Amino acid sequence: MPLITYREAVRHALAEELERDANVVVMGEEVAQFNGAYKVTEGLLAKFGPQRIVDTPISEAGFIGMGIGASMLGVRPVMELMFWSFYSVAFDQILNNAANVRYMSGGQINCPIVIRGPANGGTNVGATHSHTPENVLANHPGVKVVVPSTAYDAKGLLKSSIRDNDPVFFLENTMLYGEKGEVPEGEYTIPLGLADVKREGKDLTIVTYGRSVHHSLAAAAILESEHKISAEVVDLRTIRPLDFDTVAKSVAKTHRVLIVEEQKPFASVGSQLAFMIQRECFDDLDGPIHRLATVDAPAIYSPPVEVEQLPNPQRVLKAALAAMA
Amino acid sequence: MSKKSTASAEKKPAPEAKPADFAQAPINARLSRDEKIELHRKMVRIRRFEERSLRAYQAKKIGGFLHLYIGQEAVAVGCCSLMGKHDHVITAYRDHGHAIAVGMDTKPLMAELYGKATGCSKGKGGSMHYFAPDKNFWGGHGIVGGQIPLGTGLAYALKYKGLKGAAMAFMGDGAVNQGAVHEAYNLASLWNLPVVFVIENNGYSMGTSQARSSAGQLAQRAAGYDMEWGQCNGHDVYEVRATMDHFLAKARDQQRPSTVEIDTYRYRGHSVADPDNTYRSKQEIEEYRKTKDPIQVFQNKLVAEGVLDEALIEKIDAEARAEADAAADFSEISPYPTPADIQTDVYWESDNPAERKSQGRLFFE
Repeated sequence: MPLITYREAVRHALAEELERDANVVVMGEEVAQFNGAYKVTEGLLAKFGPQRIVDTPISEAGFIGMGIGASMLGVRPVMELMFWSFYSVAFDQILNNAANVRYMSGGQINCPIVIRGPANGGTNVGATHSHTPENVLANHPGVKVVVPSTAYDAKGLLKSSIRDNDPVFFLENTMLYGEKGEVPEGEYTIPLGLADVKREGKDLTIVTYGRSVHHSLAAAAILESEHKISAEVVDLRTIRPLDFDTVAKSVAKTHRVLIVEEQKPFASVGSQLAFMIQRECFDDLDGPIHRLATVDAPAIYSPPVEVEQLPNPQRVLKAALAAMA
Repeated sequence: MSKKSTASAEKKPAPEAKPADFAQAPINARLSRDEKIELHRKMVRIRRFEERSLRAYQAKKIGGFLHLYIGQEAVAVGCCSLMGKHDHVITAYRDHGHAIAVGMDTKPLMAELYGKATGCSKGKGGSMHYFAPDKNFWGGHGIVGGQIPLGTGLAYALKYKGLKGAAMAFMGDGAVNQGAVHEAYNLASLWNLPVVFVIENNGYSMGTSQARSSAGQLAQRAAGYDMEWGQCNGHDVYEVRATMDHFLAKARDQQRPSTVEIDTYRYRGHSVADPDNTYRSKQEIEEYRKTKDPIQVFQNKLVAEGVLDEALIEKIDAEARAEADAAADFSEISPYPTPADIQTDVYWESDNPAERKSQGRLFFE
């Protein structure tokens, strides 16, 4: 299989869906002439033209709201947020309008929009640009939330997201854009709401998603080689809908759980997972559920210290050993 | 009214030289007798519906807020009477008038207020959230100004699909200070989108007068976005139609957006919960009612034209009252949604399980 970057995988998904469905429009700041702030959309303008690949002003509430309105009439906009951190200025559009319009209309209106862009820390851009809002988004019934960790997953999940009739919020990661992975050349999709066991193990379940999957895999390798601990790494891939069955199956096998997430701890995705695991897997657990999250403060700028604020292989390793103690 | 006291509230000349009598504007001159009666009837039906809903609210049949449209009827009726097949409407929370104006049946409208399963949104939206996509009516939105980008998106979709039509995005005078409105103005003008932004200026954003909330003339702000703008009286349905016809044609034919400020007045408080005695006088309301009531004004014109007579006026009014009562009776005997209905209409996929492609849990406990 060809090795391509996560960035290219997202781009291929966009190109294929633009090709497949004339209602798909890619829209956002710098997506067309500039070829994308992170070059995800590079070349799409040349291929599909300015009707399909649309540069917007820096006006998130305006253009995201416009995309939501257009989606009600059958356009399928894929809106790029240069950073998901900017969702806060479009919060009303995203979480009042997109999330609620189907419900408030008694099911008469669909909102088939995708909003995508990076949501991560680790790039030394300070607190305003480092938000990871998957927990906030997923708190709103009516929306779907996807956080892919690999090139293969990003492509297959984005294609499913664009074909989905509900609003889908797709959270990428600037630290992963350059990461290569095997991606088949042919057409494929990955259903939303299907987790993936990225590494099998028998002693400890690490439930994670996004970039933390890679940190968890690195830690799992050390656990195996240096501590003779066999860790299973479950990549959720989608936060909502949530594949809890895969989590429960793993817990039933390992009896110990560590949740790893690039989230502030309070009311995070991991908080929800911990509740569900204790509620539904209580008899399987040999110890308390552990969690490794982002250190609870606004994102620090200082480059070497930000590494320590976020999950990293050493922090995961330490947390895993604590979970096994 | 307080808004008239603002120094900047002088009127800009209308884009076309106004005929002395708006009845003679081409869009009105070609109205048939029946069409004129229908305009009158719609305004009366809105008023009687609103009055009946107020009584139901006072009888505690209706929860939450109730923002009545009484006094503003000529705006929604005039604007929506101009809608063609590809014209679309979106508005804010004072949405009952628009819903009736686009042709929604009053039974499900009233039942929605009662929170019944037979409501137009199955009892899930309430007063502020009426929708009828089959009638090109896209709500009914609760957050001031939040619907304006959506309305711009309707126009974007029309243009993208190559359909000749226009979106009318209604807002109140209080919405003009919201950032989302200005972002939408910019996008609409920048991209030549067929949308008419309609400011229904009733003088008060809740209890704060225009003079205390907004600098300058409201519609004129559109000029900063290189958009044509206009202003007209909202108590004369002929004037509303003549003015809007011009701007709708500009949207449909030239793909140019515009902003139209329509001066109107609400007789009731911002919502029924509003005591309405802290920011304006009873005399102010009475004065408008006596001189500018939109139904009375149009009724007088139609009587003078020989279209209406006392008997017909009485008949239309009696029918409108009976219709409103019937809507209330229908609502009264309709069932509430069940607790199981709480989780339907959340996701397209969960409502269409046979076609669901995703897996995993969509709902949580």
